[in-house]
Amino acid sequence: MATKSLKKRHSDLANSNRQLEILSNGIFQNGELPTFKAKISETSQFPLKAKKLEILQINVGYMCNQVCDHCHVDAGPDRKEIMTRDTMKECLEVIKNTGAHTLDLTGGAPEMNPDFRWFVEEAAKAGIKDFIVRSNLTIIRANKKYYDLPEFFKKHNVHVVSSMPHWTRGKTDKQRGDGVFDKSIKALQELNAVGYGMPDSDLRLDLVYNPSGAFLPGDQASMEKDFKKALLEDFNIQFHNLFAITNLPISRFLDYLIASENYEDYMYSLVEAYNPAAVENVMCTNTLSVSWDGFLFDCDFNQMLELPVNSKVKHISEYNEDLLEGRNIVISQHCYGCTAGAGSSCQGSVA
Amino acid sequence: MSKTYYDPADLRKFGKITEWSEELGNKFFEYYGKVFEEGALTAREKSLIALAVSHTEQCPYCIDAYTKDGLQRGVTKEEMMEAIHVGAAIKSGATLVHGVQMMNKVNKLDG
Repeated sequence: MATKSLKKRHSDLANSNRQLEILSNGIFQNGELPTFKAKISETSQFPLKAKKLEILQINVGYMCNQVCDHCHVDAGPDRKEIMTRDTMKECLEVIKNTGAHTLDLTGGAPEMNPDFRWFVEEAAKAGIKDFIVRSNLTIIRANKKYYDLPEFFKKHNVHVVSSMPHWTRGKTDKQRGDGVFDKSIKALQELNAVGYGMPDSDLRLDLVYNPSGAFLPGDQASMEKDFKKALLEDFNIQFHNLFAITNLPISRFLDYLIASENYEDYMYSLVEAYNPAAVENVMCTNTLSVSWDGFLFDCDFNQMLELPVNSKVKHISEYNEDLLEGRNIVISQHCYGCTAGAGSSCQGSVA
Repeated sequence: MSKTYYDPADLRKFGKITEWSEELGNKFFEYYGKVFEEGALTAREKSLIALAVSHTEQCPYCIDAYTKDGLQRGVTKEEMMEAIHVGAAIKSGATLVHGVQMMNKVNKLDG
């Protein structure tokens, strides 16, 4: 289990250009596997184009209390990229005027941004329909100053989406670190105690499942059934929905795939499971991702690969929804992660 | 030609068997797909049965395939190992139950 980010370790793969090289060379260069562009061209789906914006996803910083093996952000305690209040103010202007129905705050651990609470309070006033915070759960138990987060979320009617790799301790701790399972269980119980995740509650609590290794997620509905049964029987925990998310071959997950000699097999699995129906609803067509320093990307993955939006508008300060609509989505082979099987997005399956 | 009898990359080529006998190949894969759908048994239960049989058949391709399939379905390693013990118990039981035939024969010839 790593304790430092790739960046802190000065790993070759901390460089996004190096990652893009790997994703374009080898089996994709020698024609063993079709590039993503070639694949979506087969069904006349190239170029992918942005539709009407529905989800504005804001990454408020890469700092995190955990160093998960699979993290596509390469987040960790050693990452210092944090959104400032000035950039948050620029985001708030957009939130007040956007046609998007969902605001999605992510990180790192978004709660670790010193202006997180101020931002949530201000953003909640905009009255956006669905206000998501992606919480890693353990942050709620990491320090006394975070203990009241469940109440804080409730006060602002935040929709909590949390990672939970498995309902067993062994598989969870393997991916996310020793002790993560017990802390996550405690945090879920506390969220339940204030009303989150209860069957008839409006306080939405959804869990995210992503595989702990070099394999794709199973059927979302079956996984949800298994998770619900096990968490209720073992810990009396309830939640609303499970989002099954495929690990994309970038950053620390790419590092893991290469180190464990699973890279080629994994790419084969993604390409073999390619589903044109998933391409129709892939999240980059209705989402915009904002980085900690205010730049715009088609998704959080492109943000990490430093592939900016293909538009005159590059930064939140010059935001223009009309200009961004219809832009061509920037793609590479990592995109196969969102089109495998039932598809994958920050909201789970798409097909 | 490969210098070994088994190559992990051959598993990906399984579908190619239809190229030399299209109708039979397609019928097989259609049947195979149907067998593993949710039915009176869940797809998860079927996956564990397949894993146990993969071991008793000692098919390396099937072992790779159903280990991965199990992981995708959230099957734990403890569940997988128990399933294999079921297969192993039947295999060893099947050997040992023939001991009764040996005993019968001894009793007949030398009783």
